[in-house]
Amino acid sequence: MGGEDYYLELCERPVQFEKANPVNCVFFDEANKQVFAVRSGGATGVVVKGPDDRNPISFRMDDRGEVKCIKFSLENKILAVQRTSKTVDFCNFIPDNSQLEYTQECKTKNANILGFCWTSSTEIVFITDQGIEFYQVLPEKRSLKLLKSHNINVNWYMYCPESAVILLSTTVLENVLQPFYFRAGTMSKLPKFEIELPAAPKSTKLSLSERDIAMATIYGQLYVLFLRHHSRTSNSTGAEVVLYHLPREGACKRMHILKLNRTGKFALNVVDNLVTSVIFDIKLRGESDGTVTFHHPVLPARSIQPYQIPVAGPAAVTSQSPVPCKLYSSSWIVFQPDIIISASQGYLWNLQVKLQPIVNLLPDKGRLMDFLLQRKECKMVILSVCSQMLTESDRATLPVIATVFDKLNHEYKKYLDAEQSYTMAVEAGQSRSNPPLKRPVRTQAVVDQSDVYTHVLSPFVENKEMPHKFVIAVLMEYIRSLNQFQIPVQHYLHELVIKTLVQHNLFYMLHQFLQYHVLSDSKPLVCTACLLLSLESFYPPAHQLSLDMLKRLSTANDEIVEVLLSKHQVLAALRFIRGIGGHDNISARKFLDAAKQTDDVMLFYTIFRFFEQRNQRLRGNPNFTPGEHCEEHVAFFKQVFGEQALMRPTTF
Amino acid sequence: EENKILFYHPNEVEKNEKIRNVGLCEAIVQFTRTFSPSKPAKSLHTQKNRQFFNEPEENFWMVMVVRNPIIEKQSKDGKPVVEYQEEELLDKVYSSVLQQCYSMYKLFNGTFLKAMEDGGVKLLKERLEKFFHRYLQTLHLQSCDLLDIFGGISFFPLDKMTYLKIQSFINRMEESLSVVKYTAFLYNDQLIWSGLEQDDMRILYKYLTTSLFPRHIEPELAGRDSPIRAEMPGNLQHYGRFLTGPLNLNDPEAKCRFPKIFVNTDDTYEELHLIVYKAMSAAVCFMIDASTQLTLDFCRRLDSIVGPQLTVLASDICEQFNINKRISGSEKEPQFKFIYFNHMNLAEKSTIHMRKTPSVSLTSVHPDLMKILGDINSDFTRPSSNQFFQIQRVVEEVKKLCATQFNNIFFLD
Repeated sequence: MGGEDYYLELCERPVQFEKANPVNCVFFDEANKQVFAVRSGGATGVVVKGPDDRNPISFRMDDRGEVKCIKFSLENKILAVQRTSKTVDFCNFIPDNSQLEYTQECKTKNANILGFCWTSSTEIVFITDQGIEFYQVLPEKRSLKLLKSHNINVNWYMYCPESAVILLSTTVLENVLQPFYFRAGTMSKLPKFEIELPAAPKSTKLSLSERDIAMATIYGQLYVLFLRHHSRTSNSTGAEVVLYHLPREGACKRMHILKLNRTGKFALNVVDNLVTSVIFDIKLRGESDGTVTFHHPVLPARSIQPYQIPVAGPAAVTSQSPVPCKLYSSSWIVFQPDIIISASQGYLWNLQVKLQPIVNLLPDKGRLMDFLLQRKECKMVILSVCSQMLTESDRATLPVIATVFDKLNHEYKKYLDAEQSYTMAVEAGQSRSNPPLKRPVRTQAVVDQSDVYTHVLSPFVENKEMPHKFVIAVLMEYIRSLNQFQIPVQHYLHELVIKTLVQHNLFYMLHQFLQYHVLSDSKPLVCTACLLLSLESFYPPAHQLSLDMLKRLSTANDEIVEVLLSKHQVLAALRFIRGIGGHDNISARKFLDAAKQTDDVMLFYTIFRFFEQRNQRLRGNPNFTPGEHCEEHVAFFKQVFGEQALMRPTTF
Repeated sequence: EENKILFYHPNEVEKNEKIRNVGLCEAIVQFTRTFSPSKPAKSLHTQKNRQFFNEPEENFWMVMVVRNPIIEKQSKDGKPVVEYQEEELLDKVYSSVLQQCYSMYKLFNGTFLKAMEDGGVKLLKERLEKFFHRYLQTLHLQSCDLLDIFGGISFFPLDKMTYLKIQSFINRMEESLSVVKYTAFLYNDQLIWSGLEQDDMRILYKYLTTSLFPRHIEPELAGRDSPIRAEMPGNLQHYGRFLTGPLNLNDPEAKCRFPKIFVNTDDTYEELHLIVYKAMSAAVCFMIDASTQLTLDFCRRLDSIVGPQLTVLASDICEQFNINKRISGSEKEPQFKFIYFNHMNLAEKSTIHMRKTPSVSLTSVHPDLMKILGDINSDFTRPSSNQFFQIQRVVEEVKKLCATQFNNIFFLD
């Protein structure tokens, strides 16, 4: 196995900041994902680093006591600093606004501020031990306006910035959670819910610890994650994670239980919609008891990939070897969704999931596809899995291959349908409707025919060592899957099938496929028809097959005429073109040439006469015009049948 | 001279007469060869008989003598007089029957030459005797008609999706039963897929539809041999069963002997086991190299893999077929009567034949008309175009028919 199957890794370029020490305090803001390094209460500088911006913000502020909490509002407009348990100080970072600090005291008497959260660039929530207060900051006036407040006993709180939900822990056991939802100046109270604590003897007071709760958005839904160290049911050992679904409307419901199957301390993260610690994907099927779905880890447990602290920075020019980083160190602090901070080492990492190693850890290809299709950066991994399952050494059985194709096409079809209904809505003029229509996003999970053709099937067919039976079976399986999802099959796939069959002289098979319209007719298939024509010398029925195909296209009449003429079936060509009413526009010279080539003078006579009559009908004169370039044929006609055989102009 | 005769039916005929008759045939062929070295006589018309000659392999001749039909007439003096109807028989029909005899022999016995190489004249004679003794009894020359000339294959009409499902099924079966070399799939006695080449499929199809399937229909109708086998363990109930090979898989003494067939005799000369397995109306032929030893275990495995899937597939096809029928409304009496034959894919379709079994050919038109059709066919057959015969010989009608029934095919007028 080696080190190759680590599927969790720390990001390569962590945010580096000054280590925490007695003079340097480090804070992390989950909303902006910024690390604040505050030296000597800010007097000797504050350095703010975010994960995306490589340009840290640095500034100074007066040391007016120990900083308890420091956060920028969204877009770094206003800085809020809490130094006492009663007040929060503000400082504008907006150009042209006064940078003088201003202070807000909490409204509730005798309350202590536990902390604060920014919910927008100018809105802030104070959480006190007696409730919450929702303010709007007016930077120009350097003052705050109370929008709303709510009184409730609070033990601790938790904020999920992505969904703008604050969770308050109330009651003695701390296990009744009260969520609030903030949006554009409003605060709404959501139904409270109780976390079921493990049964414990009465004597020991077991309360819900803040450390066992996390909030995260998984597949677009907000969940409260509760890490239960001991299962409620005494017979099962091992910790589990209980997922409570917290909808915008309606009550919070226990939805999923993730069985960790082990005990100890766990770090919980959510990466790419996966609950990590051990990897869980709640979209993969689990056992359900009706209300709650039980999940087992998707993958065997693996630690995070060993990490070498990069010796970076211009100062570190010394050729010092990288230092291995101690993983899961006690100094690690885990933030949602995917952040790990080591304050003592001065690093902030994003936890990442590597998909490639997972491919080998999930032997069930169907489950693997389900898993991969939900991931963000999945396309190339999916395509490589497809390629791999078709290789000689690692070949999957046809039913497995069929399952994989079906899963890909299911996703592909969903996107096509969404795209189509969007187009239809736009055409119907609903573009100004409210809410505005959103064009469906094409995620990496949409693996279309050209992807599969280019990366999987084309190289697969090229591989000469593949038994052709298997090649054809795979191609047909993909075409079957597309048909099953009613996705029109692209012509290049048909061509691939035809090419393969022809290469192995399997003409009768090809014939049968065409007969059942498996290789359906489409305009680019004219080329296919022509390809068939070229096969005629190997397989005579190809000629008729291609004509049948051209006929069905009904736009390929010119090609039919050409084919017939090339076979010297001049009369047949003429009848055909007359049958569809195109005989007034055809080139006389082309037909006369073909007739002459047959060495059948009577045929030539018939064709010649036909065009004379056409000339008569169209122009009132049987003679050919110079533009028709038929002089040579007129001469030939005279030579064989004599001058008098020419049709005379009818004169009146 | 006698040694030249490999097989003679009826065998009771006196030796000298046999020699005389064979000598005559030889003389005729030799005589006509002087006029046309590459194409000697194909048939000889006499008052009482018609003789058909065929040289399927070099220096091996097959001759068939068919008696002209007779009608008894009262002559002027009141005595019954037998009159031979010399023009009733169609050359092409019976030449084709003779060729078919050879093809059928070859399918089950390989070529004459191979038998000679393997065991000399003795072996060849044995094989001929064994085969034709039974086969001739199944020939019903009276009911031969136009369709015997074509020797076509009736294809089962099917939508693309169901067809692809069948493809997928066949590919999966060939994957799980890797010894299978070729597969053919039929539904309602009509062909859907052939892994064999066309010519071999043509004769195998003939065998299946005129001999093997009819033989199994009777017991099915009689309700014997009830296909639901409740004793199957593991709730794997299905309707699959072997038409060739072991009848009862639970009988440890059951014999796993399958008919052998010979295909691609011009080329690779393959000898194969023919396994025919059927569930409801769907039949699959698995062809396996004859050198492979087939055991009861293999048969059981095949049964457990193929049976359940084929049962599901058969009901899918049936359902889809009924849907298509409802859409196209083809249950109505067809407006036109026609025989369609496409020499390219050997597809044939007839609205004239209501039922065609080896013994009876039930047509919805008068026999005279059938004969006229046969004549037209002989007159018009061109080697490289679709042959199409129309009873209502009104050109406009033909066009209308072509537009409605054969919209997908390019016809030359």
